[in-house]
Amino acid sequence: MISIRDLGVHRGRREVLRGVTVDVAPGEWLGLVGPNGSGKSTLLGAVAGLVPHTGSVRTGSARTGRRRPGATDLALMPQRPAWPEGMTVAEYVLLGRTPHLGWLVRESPHDRRLVAEVLDRLDLARWGGRPVGELSGGEAQRVAIARALAQQAPVLLLDEPTSALDLGMQAAVLDLVQQLRRCDGLSVVAAMHDLGTAARHADRLLLLSAGEVAALGPPQEVLRDDLLSQVYDADLRVHHVDGEPVVLAAPNPRQELR
Amino acid sequence: MALLLDRPVQHAFRVSPVGTLVTVGALAVAIVVSLTQGAAGLAPAGVVRSLVDALPGVALDSGLSPVEEAVLWQIRLPRTCLAALVGAALSVAGAGYQGVFRNPLADPYLLGISAGAGLGAVLAMGFGLDLAWGPVGAVPAAAFVGATLAVAGSALVARGSFASPATLLLSGVAIAAFFSAMQTYLLQRLSYTRAREVLSWLFGKLATDGWGPVLLLAPYVLVGVAVLALHARHLDVLRLGDDEARALGLDPVRVRVVVVVAATLVTAAAVSVSGLIAFVGLVVPHVVRLVASHSYRAVVPLSALAGAAFLALVDVGARTAVAPAELPVGVITAFVGAPFFAFVLWRGRAGQL
Repeated sequence: MISIRDLGVHRGRREVLRGVTVDVAPGEWLGLVGPNGSGKSTLLGAVAGLVPHTGSVRTGSARTGRRRPGATDLALMPQRPAWPEGMTVAEYVLLGRTPHLGWLVRESPHDRRLVAEVLDRLDLARWGGRPVGELSGGEAQRVAIARALAQQAPVLLLDEPTSALDLGMQAAVLDLVQQLRRCDGLSVVAAMHDLGTAARHADRLLLLSAGEVAALGPPQEVLRDDLLSQVYDADLRVHHVDGEPVVLAAPNPRQELR
Repeated sequence: MALLLDRPVQHAFRVSPVGTLVTVGALAVAIVVSLTQGAAGLAPAGVVRSLVDALPGVALDSGLSPVEEAVLWQIRLPRTCLAALVGAALSVAGAGYQGVFRNPLADPYLLGISAGAGLGAVLAMGFGLDLAWGPVGAVPAAAFVGATLAVAGSALVARGSFASPATLLLSGVAIAAFFSAMQTYLLQRLSYTRAREVLSWLFGKLATDGWGPVLLLAPYVLVGVAVLALHARHLDVLRLGDDEARALGLDPVRVRVVVVVAATLVTAAAVSVSGLIAFVGLVVPHVVRLVASHSYRAVVPLSALAGAAFLALVDVGARTAVAPAELPVGVITAFVGAPFFAFVLWRGRAGQL
């Protein structure tokens, strides 16, 4: 479990995140939503320890001792991962073992076996020798997930995991994360652009507005016409299609006149 | 079937035995060629027999005359070892800089580091600057201080922007120009004979009349190569970028400091015995990447071996091309390296960098 208390981030003199407080329970999927520049990526970066911040991020229980989560507690999938030239899929996934290695220690046979298992599980074993630079968008996303799994961290931080994918690929990748979460009891914190998709997968949504929490709760409580319209500064309507919420802009009155 | 699919995992980040064999073989050939070619030709078989004879517990008649033996052991072998050590030093240093700056064009010479080391060495040799510290002599110490100033300068001017290859290289050009200008000014102040002496060293010179420079250089190269080889794994993590490296629990600053210090130490030691030899640190790691692997765990050790072989061969060319006179090695490496640099730039334009 991750507990975030009164988190704030300054960029120069500008306050880009203020007073964010939220707990992520084991096995929970927390969706981060909000307009561009509302601080979703910054929040993930601060939780992962990449962005200097005020407030606190803690993991562990009272029994085991509470501490700043490290790379063995959190696996971050960046929005635009780097795909180094000439690195194979197997090598890329093996880098996920880095947090478990001492400063001058090399990967053990155990680490390699674990990576082989992860590749097998995500149906990537055939691609182990392929250079990561040659992968398509959907394949690359699976490989990035494989590296996060090899990291064996109980919490997965995803930054717009499907922004570069077509609809079919989006569904496949998110279903995969969903399946892994159920099997391994992982917590997921995912910043997502599409409100409907976020609502479909998340247990709770955290709606950010200009760096502050505008709403936090189950999707049906957060996806409200008035709240979204105010935060996104546009007339938005929440519809339901096959029982799933879909957020669309209200019909433009001028178009109706035509 | 499962075993076959696991192969990429078992091979991940491992140096291929073929690559190791080829580079070790190339080094052996280069050493024998370097030992046999020169003003006095020595029979290859005799040279090999004499070398084997020197192994403890082996007695073998080399068939070389006493004079030839002296040429081999007092002139050729020290010089060959020096060329190999300098080649290995500059190549691993280049690989190290390329890794920490995430810049395929980083090279001790292009970053102005050699110029900084050269300025320090000129001050020590021509003007009696004495920074000797413990067992470290005046020239290497001054070279190291100069090299450190240059690398710090390059990194500062680029303001840590390692993402764009151009920024760091351009700041390296500025730093190199500055240090070269100071060198030229200082050379002007020296007497003619003294200046000529320092200048011929600056152009890159592997001439040695004994084992002194070899023994001076060897410890630095061995320690530097060991440190860099131990940090090759971290350089592979850094290929993902600083943020991803930190998300994987690796401190990029710590890696950078350790690797830059080791690479700079090795560069300074090489420059202080051999002068400025350009482009070795650029060409060798690149060729290793092209033919072997992009993983630094292969690039670092194979660059050391291939760099040693490369400079030993270049030195043969330097000794024999205009015999009985000698070309500075730096001239030949620049002659090979500059077109190669241009080629890498041109290829980078096509989006391969």
